[in-house]
Amino acid sequence: MSGGHPWLRFAARRLLLLAASLALLIVLTFLAMRLVPGDPVRAALGPSASAEVVEARRAALGLDDPALVQLRDYAGRVVRGDFGESLTQRRAVGDILGERLPATARLCLLAFLVVALVALPLGVAIAVFTRGGTRPPLAGAFTLGTGVVMSIPEYLCAAGLVALFGVTLGWLPIAGAEQASSYVLPVLALAAVPTAILARLTRVETLRVLDQEYIRVARSKRLPARALYLRHLLPNALTATLTVGGLLFGAMIASTVIVENVFAWPGIGTTVVEAIIAKDYPLVQAVVLVLGAIVLVVNLLIDVVLGLLDPRSLIRES
Amino acid sequence: MRERLDLTPGRIALLAVLAALLALVVAGPPLWSGAADEIDTAAMRAGASAAHPFGTDQLGRDLLARVLVATRLSLLLALATAALGFALGVAVGLLPALLGPRLRSVVATTINLFVAIPGLLLALLVATIVGIGAKGAVIALGVALAPQAARLTQTLAASVGGAEYVAASRVVGVRWPRLLGRHILPNIAAPLVLQFAMATSQALLALSALSFLGLGVQSPDYDWGALLSVGLDRMYVTPMAALGPGLAIVLAGVAINAGGDVLAAAIATDAPQRARRRRRAAGLAPSATLAAPVAEALADEAAPAAAASAAAAPAAAAPAADAAPGDVPAAPAVDPAPAPPAPAGPPAALRVERLSVSLPAAEGAVTPVREVSLTVGHGERVGIVGESGSGKSLTALAAAALLEPPFAVETAAHEIAGEPLFARAGTGRRRLLGRSLAVVFQDPLSALNPALRLRRQLTEAAIEHRDLDAGEATEAAIERLRELRLTRPEQRLGQHPHELSGGMRQRAVIAMGMTVRPGLIVADEPTTALDVAVEREVLAALRRANDEDGTAILLISHDIGVIASFCERVLVMYGGRIVEELPAADLRERAVHPYTRALLAAVPDMETDRDRPLPTIPGRPPTAAELPASCAFAARCAFASERCRAQQPPLVALDGAPGRRVACWHPAPDAAAPAPAAAAGDEREEERR
Repeated sequence: MSGGHPWLRFAARRLLLLAASLALLIVLTFLAMRLVPGDPVRAALGPSASAEVVEARRAALGLDDPALVQLRDYAGRVVRGDFGESLTQRRAVGDILGERLPATARLCLLAFLVVALVALPLGVAIAVFTRGGTRPPLAGAFTLGTGVVMSIPEYLCAAGLVALFGVTLGWLPIAGAEQASSYVLPVLALAAVPTAILARLTRVETLRVLDQEYIRVARSKRLPARALYLRHLLPNALTATLTVGGLLFGAMIASTVIVENVFAWPGIGTTVVEAIIAKDYPLVQAVVLVLGAIVLVVNLLIDVVLGLLDPRSLIRES
Repeated sequence: MRERLDLTPGRIALLAVLAALLALVVAGPPLWSGAADEIDTAAMRAGASAAHPFGTDQLGRDLLARVLVATRLSLLLALATAALGFALGVAVGLLPALLGPRLRSVVATTINLFVAIPGLLLALLVATIVGIGAKGAVIALGVALAPQAARLTQTLAASVGGAEYVAASRVVGVRWPRLLGRHILPNIAAPLVLQFAMATSQALLALSALSFLGLGVQSPDYDWGALLSVGLDRMYVTPMAALGPGLAIVLAGVAINAGGDVLAAAIATDAPQRARRRRRAAGLAPSATLAAPVAEALADEAAPAAAASAAAAPAAAAPAADAAPGDVPAAPAVDPAPAPPAPAGPPAALRVERLSVSLPAAEGAVTPVREVSLTVGHGERVGIVGESGSGKSLTALAAAALLEPPFAVETAAHEIAGEPLFARAGTGRRRLLGRSLAVVFQDPLSALNPALRLRRQLTEAAIEHRDLDAGEATEAAIERLRELRLTRPEQRLGQHPHELSGGMRQRAVIAMGMTVRPGLIVADEPTTALDVAVEREVLAALRRANDEDGTAILLISHDIGVIASFCERVLVMYGGRIVEELPAADLRERAVHPYTRALLAAVPDMETDRDRPLPTIPGRPPTAAELPASCAFAARCAFASERCRAQQPPLVALDGAPGRRVACWHPAPDAAAPAPAAAAGDEREEERR
């Protein structure tokens, strides 16, 4: 992997890491199902099934094969998108995911959009206005405000939002996803903590970049504010912000599991909690796999964007 | 150590909360479990009342008592989770420090792969295996925490100097338990404690989340999360039913976090060293955040000289001497002479009157530039010379309207190309500055934006202010680069700064300042970091702009030789003021300020006796915080008198010498100049004839 264009090396390295992470995820979910106490086939067929039926079913599912063969078959099925059959719903896990995933995806993407659209301008603006220690009250209010939001976990935030807007004020629906206004509270609950974290980080990074000599140089060219901030400041301030943004997105996908349950959201989060309680192992396995894969791919994309914005990151990588 | 344990109000509050939590863990269940488990069918699902401040649950049990009792289970489970996560994580994370290079990278990669998978998903997977319930939740979240802890430990162990040091120790036969116990763990203990506290608070939130979802603590046991999920159903009637456990979770989480912070600070092994560092940083608070010119202005030596100069001022001196150094000086007795009026014709490229720059500091404001008035005529080449800390760079930046807060700039008048700068606002001012003034900066390594290609950086100003299109601006940039003898300029424009050598970047930065063809170029030490060959090219390029475009040049330098050969008129700065102004032709022979003469004497020329050491100026220039209310140079001046140490000499026109100003109580008479001034004048006259 030495030599060649830095971009190629970067891409090769990143793809290799992604492949390794996905493989690890597959192995982990596979091991998890083998470690599950009791006999999943017996559990699935119920106590009334005869021993012969169970045996036949085990053979049909390939559960008598050596572990490595089973792992290979499992990986093959997963790659083809075949996650087996749900034990409780008696239908293909893939179909259930297909039904539930879009609602979760909409929720996450909207929330991430809110995070990006609020945190970045807010962080940059506060940094510009409080630069060089000016306006200490504004800086203090910002630090205190984001600190408070950051210390409230998403389920409490969700509960608070329900209490305030759903119950006390009665403005917004608090359950289901029937109308557009249903999105407001879950999206807010999901976005609050990441917004606070990212806004703080953006401010710190912006302050750092504002003190760089090249920003003074850019100022000396008397460019319009738009060019100064978007062209000269943002790409340099975004490096750390994006890295953390990727991690926050991963954490947010996990948070949906919780937030969806508060708002009875018809997504994958409510599904997985029901599945865990009902011991529907194939469904849990598939949800973990799919969500994990999404997080890994998103992190890869963020790294690519980072490489485009700041070419030096390619060099640091290799 | 002592300053750490100071009890600030915040720390007292924190201690109180932590103590209350500990008391509840110990005494909560014995005290209140009776009330918490007492079923009262008469008060099922009651709202908040004096008897039940948080209301009651579906069996009429008091929710406040249940929240208090749940403290023990909630916190113990969180501690157990964090302990499990850290036991696994620290064990795995220390492996790379003990293993050989190949295994080390295998372990490190594996840790990285695990870290990439969101913890909650790992936890769900593990919870499925172990089964739902308190035990399952602790194991699941503990396992989910482990990769983070492992990564952290690994990074810390490596940063301790681990890898190489450990390798060396292994060679000399140190066994690994000793390595760990003696060398690695003690050095990473403080951050680990901090992270453990953070992990405990994270675990508390996550466990509460699982219980809240029904995947954690199962009835009849209950923790805060389980109480919260009961309370949430009751939100409509009794908000406190949900808010009570919610507040408990947040408060405990924040307190544990903050407690870890304090504890980690207290056990930091390099405590004395760090305290020293912090004190030093505090003393220098302003300069820590400032850019290069300020660091220069506030040279970081301590302040004994200030104390000495204050003490040296005789008690009988003028009242001005009583002002503490660093204060804004009292108004001078005589009004400073204004900058000489510009001759008729095109307006002056730059005119500033009584420019002062100040910035807040630990003790009041410091004013590194004081009452500087200067004019750069149309097409004129003016130099500002002075030592580091004289305020020349700040003056240049302020004149170019480039200083930002915390600097405060004051002027009585500020005109660019004959137009008052502050008569315009917003876009108008921006256009005036953009078209009339460009700046060439001193540090080429930091002046280029690392994220942008050179093409963008060298064309954007011309596109904005000369109304060129991208192609024309590129052509102009290539031309400038070629003038500066940069090889293959077309290709360079497509590159990022990090792909260029230092010399190439220097030329690019200088070309960048010259692309708009403005009426004035302010060049701040443009040749300081350059070798002599490049310096000549740069000065030649500036000279060409001056000759061909009529661009005025304001050249800032500490090198009086460069200034003398390049400029027509010279301003000498010391201690934030102009101390002398004179035509460059008069510089070598007719300077009258002792400082100017000392500067000149320190520069060797062809006739300097090389067997004798070069004269130097004793002492060092005062920092901005030390500037006295008297003559700033008095402490280093051989001619200084009582008056010099008491009163600020105003900058006044020199009798009978048009265009010359000096701020000195005892200007050297021309007769004392190395070559008699009269003779020099005669020579010149002869030349003219």
